[in-house]
Amino acid sequence: MPLEETVAPAGTMTTQIDAALGWARKYSIFQYPFVTACCGMEFMSTAASHYDLDRFGAGFPRFSPRQADCLMVVGTISHKIAPVLRRIYDQMPEPKWVIAFGVCTCTGGFYNNYSTVQGIDTIVPVDLYIPGCPPRPETVLQGLVLLQEKIQKTGGRARP
Amino acid sequence: MSAPSAQGERREIAAARNHEELAALKAEGYGVLVDLTCVDYLPQGKSPRFDVIYRLMKFDAADGRDLGRVEVHCAVGEEPVLRSARDLWPVADWLEREVWDMYGVGFVDRPDIKRLLMYEEFVGHALRKDYPIGKRQPLIGPKSGDKANSPSFNILKPTITGE
Repeated sequence: MPLEETVAPAGTMTTQIDAALGWARKYSIFQYPFVTACCGMEFMSTAASHYDLDRFGAGFPRFSPRQADCLMVVGTISHKIAPVLRRIYDQMPEPKWVIAFGVCTCTGGFYNNYSTVQGIDTIVPVDLYIPGCPPRPETVLQGLVLLQEKIQKTGGRARP
Repeated sequence: MSAPSAQGERREIAAARNHEELAALKAEGYGVLVDLTCVDYLPQGKSPRFDVIYRLMKFDAADGRDLGRVEVHCAVGEEPVLRSARDLWPVADWLEREVWDMYGVGFVDRPDIKRLLMYEEFVGHALRKDYPIGKRQPLIGPKSGDKANSPSFNILKPTITGE
């Protein structure tokens, strides 16, 4: 019997454990939508049947951070709510990812004032920035695909 | 009766007598407190510095008509002179808290007034003209605006751009 057949008989395939984990994780994103502002409307339209976030395995919003692995921050974050956002991030189990949805979460947007956090990456680490005011659903879907690529490439490992 | 205008007649009243005047207007039929707000006239050099503005509406509850409006201005400084209008209009409670929060204009019978919008740790009053426009008071995170422990999001090489 040839060597490759003893190691990997017909009907099996070989891979690396990281690749398999990444593959499994990228198609089972349990998201936590942290919706604070008007971007929520666009998030709803993305998640609803017309654009159908579920095609990418991310159609399952969990409203408990302990059951989620992707924090979607949707909308303006004020300094008053910033500690709440950080606490929710801290409660999520590893591995976890953060999406900044819309310019307000990316940079503060046009709210450069006393009340608004100038980018949520000053509070929590961000994996993916989706700009737009608000972003079109196509942009969100493209961002989600990029996040899936990232999850695949990092094998879903917790960040150092 | 003259046609109701959006702004209504403007009246200046002494801040120390605001409660009596407002009660009289309410008895006259101005039953709705449309808005209670404040303007800081620091750049104009006005003295005293603030105008607290009560906007009242005479509302016909039978057919929903707007029977006229009046705009009451009370000039006040930084020390509390005004009396609270909570007993006339319950909505004045939160509006007065907002005026305190944003302008630091207090009310003599509300010595322990709480902020409405900003957090308790916030120092100063954000809508005063002498509040520095670039001043930030974050509760968490670096004041310098440095990024939090950010992963290198550039490790992603998007195939979609052909890289």
